[in-house]
Amino acid sequence: MSKNNIRLMQGNEACASGALAAGVSFFGGYPITPSTEIAELLARELPKNGGHFIQMEDEIASIAAVIGASVAGAKSMTATSGPGFSLMQENLGYAYMTEVPCVVVNVQRGGPSTGLPTKVSQSDTMQAKWGTHGDYFPIVLSASSVQECFDMSVRAFNLSEKYHSPVILLLDEVLGHMREKIRIPEKDEVQLIERCKPTVPPEWFQPFELTPTHISPMAGYGNGYRFHYTGLTHDPFGFPTGKPSEIREKLDKLMLKITQNVDDICTHKEEFLEDSHIVVIAYGITARVAQQAVRIARHRRFKVGLFQPETIWPFPEKALKRALEHADLAIVAELNQGQLIHEVSRIARSKVKVQGVFRYDGEIMTPTEIVNKIREAN
Amino acid sequence: MAVPSTIIYQYLRSKKKFPHVWCPGCGIGITMGALLRALADLEVDKNDVAMVAGIGCTGRMSVYCDFHTLHTTHGRALAFATGVKLAKPNMRVIAVSGDGDALAIGGNHFIHAARRNIDITLILVNNKTYGMTGGQYSPTTPSGKFGSTAPYGNVEYPFDVFELAKGAGANYFARGTVYHATLLQVLMKKALEKKGFSVVEVISNCHTLYGRLNREGSAVKMIEWMNENAVNVKVASKKTPEELEGKFLIGEMLNIDRPEYCERYEQLIERLGGKSKAQNEARSPQHEAVEQ
Repeated sequence: MSKNNIRLMQGNEACASGALAAGVSFFGGYPITPSTEIAELLARELPKNGGHFIQMEDEIASIAAVIGASVAGAKSMTATSGPGFSLMQENLGYAYMTEVPCVVVNVQRGGPSTGLPTKVSQSDTMQAKWGTHGDYFPIVLSASSVQECFDMSVRAFNLSEKYHSPVILLLDEVLGHMREKIRIPEKDEVQLIERCKPTVPPEWFQPFELTPTHISPMAGYGNGYRFHYTGLTHDPFGFPTGKPSEIREKLDKLMLKITQNVDDICTHKEEFLEDSHIVVIAYGITARVAQQAVRIARHRRFKVGLFQPETIWPFPEKALKRALEHADLAIVAELNQGQLIHEVSRIARSKVKVQGVFRYDGEIMTPTEIVNKIREAN
Repeated sequence: MAVPSTIIYQYLRSKKKFPHVWCPGCGIGITMGALLRALADLEVDKNDVAMVAGIGCTGRMSVYCDFHTLHTTHGRALAFATGVKLAKPNMRVIAVSGDGDALAIGGNHFIHAARRNIDITLILVNNKTYGMTGGQYSPTTPSGKFGSTAPYGNVEYPFDVFELAKGAGANYFARGTVYHATLLQVLMKKALEKKGFSVVEVISNCHTLYGRLNREGSAVKMIEWMNENAVNVKVASKKTPEELEGKFLIGEMLNIDRPEYCERYEQLIERLGGKSKAQNEARSPQHEAVEQ
């Protein structure tokens, strides 16, 4: 490892650098605080590599162009924040339906509406899961450090290329603008996954072929394969269908390609869980705060541990169940009025008491707030 | 005109996707035929065409044509098409859209595609109504005309698509009708050959809804109306304002050569020392093998 690989970098910069390391070749976006640095860095770097940056007329057009470029064969992404993420929802649904790989970074700010453009929030946790209409199973990652901004940016591309699905990477205003030490891996250290390509001759090709893995090869444009994509519910050939059996098959395909691979998709971090009666559950920037809080409380001899989901959707359910096996209290800390706590409560059932520490005044949580909650509980 | 089936057959998903969803007498079929004949005139390989469509009756054209077809969300065809074009600059990208799709929900994308002057050909089928949802008034419904959501007559003004395209920066605009099918084919051919953003507005008939609500008669009667009221731009200058009253212009109305967006971006890449996608995509031997 050379010294040159160590940098001081902002979360947004690290996220864009991760995307470049993952081989992004198309970015379509629209300026919005606090995500703009991602677009600015890619506007500078992409044309140098023969890639394409375009500032579209709005976020609806941005995600549309991203999907169009990906269907044609490019690794594509966009970055936005709350209001823009809301505008993208319909076309995100299109990408889930047509199984198009792409990465959407949401650097969260306070909401609803225009809300708090320059202040931190984690209030898009549920929108990332349920934002567009219909049944679908999103992959959503949540970064908690500048290093994770880089690493998860690469992972987001890999997951999207592997599962032929949009992947949402949630950052937040503090993380996006925070500067930290980061190690940029060497090129050969970065493992990349590329979408699977068809091996059959064009006349046999079915763009949504039913396969045991529920993932169908993607041909891209200009390779001799001609095919139809539509947001209408479609058959394996990609054409609209109204047949109940085919509708069910399609929706099952969308579900199973994610739910059957939860173990591959879900990652989490944990600390001090072996003997903990209290488990603090936190994600994103709040996980950093929670880590400090747990260390302080440990120092004061509280038997408390930390569980940090890195993939928040699908939620690492099995891992949390294990983490809560010997616990009698789960404390969920998040920068909203209580969103992921509902998922934790569902998993904890009645066996473990679940309490929340919520902050939604535009400021980041302090370790003391979580420590106080731990003390109250004892 | 040539016998349609033999020429356009090669570009249709003829064995799989017919009969189509359009009403008997609908002008979209004539529009599609003209487009496919224009492509045949240019001897275009169907592997080199991406057709991006929006939602509505016109959007359904993408199901029947044997290209790379992308049937997108309502209004967003040009935004998706922009992504496709940038990822595959060597590909011929055609967007097909109705008047509601391209000018109401997609109006923003229309003006910005024109402003960028990106090399996409937009076939805009203007039947002055939302057909698929049942005859509501659209941005091209004339004032006073009826729609299912304009039961007392439309109190809004319609867009002039030519002025809009010209003002926003398109390189090419032509208007045709489904009566003048041969002219339509010629105009589409010129639009397809044009570098930059090109628009062909096709005046079409929706006798099922618009025609019925406005008592304009059958498909035949509506298409005859086009013949009686269309004036070619070439002869319009020789006519008096009185003679042109209530008429509309057809033919090539805008043809300029402002540098095109993708080319300008390629130049930027070259200036920065990068290798452009167009170069990367120079057709490789394997590439050809797949096609054979």
